[in-house]
Amino acid sequence: MAEIRNYTLNFGPQHPAAHGVLRLVLELDGEVVQRADPHIGLLHRATEKLAEHKTWIQSLPYMDRLDYVSMMCNEHAYCLAIEKLLGVDVPLRAQYIRVMFDEVTRILNHLLWLGAHALDIGAMTVFLYCFREREDLMDCYEAVSGARMHAAYYRPGGVYRDLPDVMPQYQPSPYRNDKKLRDLNSNRQGSLLDFMEDFTIRFPRYVDEYETLLTDNRIWKQRTVGIGVVSPERAMALGFTGAMLRGSGVEWDLRKKQPYETYDRVDFDIPVGVNGDCYDRYLVRIEEFRQSNRIIRQCIDWLRANPGPVITANHKVAPPSRVGLKSNMEELIHHFKLFSEGIHVPPGEVYAAIEHPKGEFGIYAVSDGANKPYRLKIRSPGFAHLAALSEMSKGHMLADVVAIIGTQDIVFGEIDR
Amino acid sequence: MTTAKIETLKNALVVALGDRIQELVEALGELTLVVKSEDLLAVAKILRDAPAVRCEELIDLCGVDYSTWGESVQTGRRFAAVCHLMSITHNWRLRLRSFAPDDDFPMLDSVTGVWPNADWYEREAFDLFGIIFSGHNDLRRILTDYGFVGHPFRKDFPLSGNVEMRYDPDQKRVIYQPVTIEPREVTPRIIREENYGNLGKQ
Repeated sequence: MAEIRNYTLNFGPQHPAAHGVLRLVLELDGEVVQRADPHIGLLHRATEKLAEHKTWIQSLPYMDRLDYVSMMCNEHAYCLAIEKLLGVDVPLRAQYIRVMFDEVTRILNHLLWLGAHALDIGAMTVFLYCFREREDLMDCYEAVSGARMHAAYYRPGGVYRDLPDVMPQYQPSPYRNDKKLRDLNSNRQGSLLDFMEDFTIRFPRYVDEYETLLTDNRIWKQRTVGIGVVSPERAMALGFTGAMLRGSGVEWDLRKKQPYETYDRVDFDIPVGVNGDCYDRYLVRIEEFRQSNRIIRQCIDWLRANPGPVITANHKVAPPSRVGLKSNMEELIHHFKLFSEGIHVPPGEVYAAIEHPKGEFGIYAVSDGANKPYRLKIRSPGFAHLAALSEMSKGHMLADVVAIIGTQDIVFGEIDR
Repeated sequence: MTTAKIETLKNALVVALGDRIQELVEALGELTLVVKSEDLLAVAKILRDAPAVRCEELIDLCGVDYSTWGESVQTGRRFAAVCHLMSITHNWRLRLRSFAPDDDFPMLDSVTGVWPNADWYEREAFDLFGIIFSGHNDLRRILTDYGFVGHPFRKDFPLSGNVEMRYDPDQKRVIYQPVTIEPREVTPRIIREENYGNLGKQ
């Protein structure tokens, strides 16, 4: 009888289902995975080392580029860490804006996850639907910060500026007629908040559309039910957080358990899975769409009723207004020192974590009192999740590895840092 | 964390660990436990299993190089591993730090036996800082390139690195050569007097 040997397969880094630059070395017995060895680091940019050589505020835009599908959440953790060390208070309005945009970001992230995950397993339509909604939310990002992705909108002490009163509109173009233009601009006549309210009214119906395509779909269930099962004990031992942990049935969400900003003032529920497989994690994230939508609605109502400052008045931390800058000598000095020398963060160490769409995203910052961090460590959720890939895919077929990578919601910007 | 919670955790730690505690600091609503390197593994087991502490999840493990701490030269030892632990049962967090006894050959016990996800975190700390974790059964580089030389996050490793890569048309292959970037500092590192701008008051 011929000797049967295990086959080693190289998967990626140039593979559409590898979500970027994952290189997997798979040891296969026939088509069954025996061992998976992820080789990461192909997108390593040494963000933490670069941060040691830049002022605190200069490294803020680097945070956007960590998990480049949930930009503002990364900034949020970074700002929280600095604020904790500084001991500055963030105005309530800024806290609500942050909560609102965290949830916008969560929807953005989950939309990309859902589209890419479904596409990996073979459902093309969902991807197109998801990107349709992402466009609206990207416009919200653009309206508030000027950038569609890398916003740099959260700043230590608050947010960069208040919400705009006018929502940018589509311009006439030779490629669309007047009626089309009117339709596109119909929900952009008011402020950003009006546009977002319109979105929150439309969005639950969109989620129903995704669910019609997937939730009871026989092929979808065949590809996800019973795949990559993780028990709650094992999920904790493997350092899972976020939807990966909740999918296994552990009721754990930092927004509820260790609330930051104004999460203790808004109503929302935490979906929890039962079986800990890919399908349960899918259901958890689908429900998070609806809950995020609910939080955004509450924030919109509050923000409409309560105008106020959006960044701290401490000019050792946040820049003074342009008007003050041009009329007041002291403000001018503050502005100059802030942007040439930067914020001086008192000595100490701090760990600030938020419930990022992918799990717990934390910043461990060590300061020695200088205008630059002494050490900055980014705790990215995907790093712990990908480390468990070998265990989750053992005994599954090669095609299921793709489903497991999809369910882990992997983004290499944050894993490789 | 609330003050009451920190008190509870503090008392639980004193009961569970006794004189293994080298230092127990509370700052900014967080608790930091420092232990000797020889106690690290035993302490980790207690922190996970003692019912009153129960830190079942290792959130993060990272290396820190203290060689340029402050503006003065280092006072104590150079390398430390810092673990961030979380208890889902009690809903609290704890920071565990342990210094490696030898600066030239930093070595600590691996906690992979206690928290399996320490595997990749320890590989990362080894890769970036050169801290050896004894008992780790697969201590390879993880983030840097195949064949990388040195430990890039050490304070004496230049930001621009030591080598750069380019395609050599004569040899018709990619070659490594010493970096041609001149080191420069865009914004100088400044430490102001204490209480500068009255920041940090809680």
